[in-house]
Amino acid sequence: MDNNGSSEQAKAVEIRGVSKSFGSYQALKPVTFDIRENEFFTLLGPSGCGKTTLLRMIAGFEQPSGGEILLRGADIRGLPPHKRRVNTVFQSYALFPHMTLSQNVAFGLENLGWAKERREARVADMLRLVHMEQFAARRPQQLSGGQRQRIALARALAPEPEVLLLDEPLSALDLKLRQAMRDELRTLQRQTGITFVFVTHDQEEALDMSDRICVLGDGEIQQIGTPAAIYEEPSNRFVADFIGETNFLEAGVLSVDGDNATVSTPLGVTLSAPQKRAAVGGQAWMSIRPEKISLPARPGQIAVDGTIEGANYLGGYTYYVVDTGAAKLRVSKRNAASRGRMFEVGQPIKVSFAAESVRILGA
Amino acid sequence: MNAEARNARWNVLGLLPAQLIMLATLIVPVGIIVLVSFSTRGPYGGFDYVFTTAPYRQILFNEGWTGELEFNPQYLIVVARTMILAAATTFICLLLSFPVAYFISLQKATAKMLLIYLVTLPFWVSMIVRVYSWIIILGNDGVIAKTLHALGLVDNMGSLLFTDTAMLIGLVYSYIPLMILPIFASIEKLDPALVEASHDLYGSRLTTLRRVILPLCRPGMMAGSILVFVPCLGAVLEPILLGGGKTMMMGNLIQLQFGAARNWPLGAAISIVLMAAVLVFLVWRGLRAIRRERAEAAA
Repeated sequence: MDNNGSSEQAKAVEIRGVSKSFGSYQALKPVTFDIRENEFFTLLGPSGCGKTTLLRMIAGFEQPSGGEILLRGADIRGLPPHKRRVNTVFQSYALFPHMTLSQNVAFGLENLGWAKERREARVADMLRLVHMEQFAARRPQQLSGGQRQRIALARALAPEPEVLLLDEPLSALDLKLRQAMRDELRTLQRQTGITFVFVTHDQEEALDMSDRICVLGDGEIQQIGTPAAIYEEPSNRFVADFIGETNFLEAGVLSVDGDNATVSTPLGVTLSAPQKRAAVGGQAWMSIRPEKISLPARPGQIAVDGTIEGANYLGGYTYYVVDTGAAKLRVSKRNAASRGRMFEVGQPIKVSFAAESVRILGA
Repeated sequence: MNAEARNARWNVLGLLPAQLIMLATLIVPVGIIVLVSFSTRGPYGGFDYVFTTAPYRQILFNEGWTGELEFNPQYLIVVARTMILAAATTFICLLLSFPVAYFISLQKATAKMLLIYLVTLPFWVSMIVRVYSWIIILGNDGVIAKTLHALGLVDNMGSLLFTDTAMLIGLVYSYIPLMILPIFASIEKLDPALVEASHDLYGSRLTTLRRVILPLCRPGMMAGSILVFVPCLGAVLEPILLGGGKTMMMGNLIQLQFGAARNWPLGAAISIVLMAAVLVFLVWRGLRAIRRERAEAAA
């Protein structure tokens, strides 16, 4: 699938200069971006970044302080939530406790005035889609968290919304279930072909499921792109820091040549690497991801001397902290062999990395 | 003795004070009333411990000189009037309380506290004074009559006071806080996300009120209805002060038997019938709730 797509792709939602203030506090500075038809689009950011506010404005629960929101080309400003062809999967699921599961799923269809037969067929289809058909007569209180989650999905998908909004729907589930639901959500999105707008603060979830991610921070868009682009080519320090883990070392910019910059680093080496927003004389950081550092050093790479200062064994991986004197580097090493070569704390060691794995990020 | 059995014994002992209080304040007094209701009327009030079912018979029948029984609907009319007034009061309270409670729940925390305090404020004033104040409002020279007259709307409307309507107004006024508070509590417990979910699923305001908010506030409405209906059955002040003593409710009837009529056993018998009626109603509701829960658990 072509995730980058062309700009000619149909747009499901257009956010144009939308901002939101609560009193004197600006929760969201004016933002502009498009969400394409049939894509799994994720709004990712730490709490308080404005992602939920943005979602609630698309749903109609909040009104933007400025800007306009277009749904399939039509301005939906001022439309109440019940007149917008979008449905929401709430963080707490918000299933109606006084209704059975099939009544819950039928609720939206009844309000849309679907005829009884068509409605019942749709409810049965939806319950089958989320593998809950045998529980149709139960009530939400009798379900587990994962089951409630599925019913919330079925209920929101039943009226065939133009866009499905998901507000941190996995945060209430335990780890194993969360993993399973990720796959299920992705499958559901492909099966139904409905545009998903997913809000989360969990970067792993975002990377796993999304076609495109919009990273929000401090009420602003930090970067929009595919998971790989966001991880590998972060546009600034915030994104590099928020998505995954990385080592930041303050760097002195010697020269900038297009997409590359030459910097001097505290590791005592001068290197040339892809840059974003770097300027000669300006503040900049070199960023190198823990898994991109080789331990022990590989020939042909930039090598640095150090000692192992700490080791965190995490099953599949071990995280080492390597003290190079000038800086401490976090290095992850896959525990490939059943008895992989473990390094001892205090052991002197050489680590290495390739210059092209380094990113230079300006302030 | 194992730990569990020892615990069970302590549980019984620990509950003893509560049970003693229940015994002394609830079971013994009711027992005395039952006893009186099966006793013979004393010549100057009071009662003699001579077993008879006559007081219960008297509720429905007059006993002639020769011992023949003649059907007497008078007390039954009082019972019916009491039931109707109590039901009407409950219904009106229900209609008025929901918007009030909903309005309060929409306020900010401090305003909410203040409004709830205002709702309970009348309880700080003596019930007699509060009911009395309605005489001033409803009377011939009262606020309503004078205002309507001054506006030239009504020339001579006749007194609102000393009518069943006046009693009803008094009852609604007296007991409405008992309806507002539980409904408010149930609205407060309502998850705002459920209201949003209803709007999100194309439910208009009216649909949301009818299909989500009202059904979820039913427990509060039920609790409020019981809290209003039951004391209404025993209301005494409103009929005397606002009904002018012309029409009686069960409370007045009972008071009359213990007072002027000096027929304690009959008063006790009517009390027992009243309590039994309330008990039957509450047990029926309780059983229905249990049945519904079971049915849901089985689904």
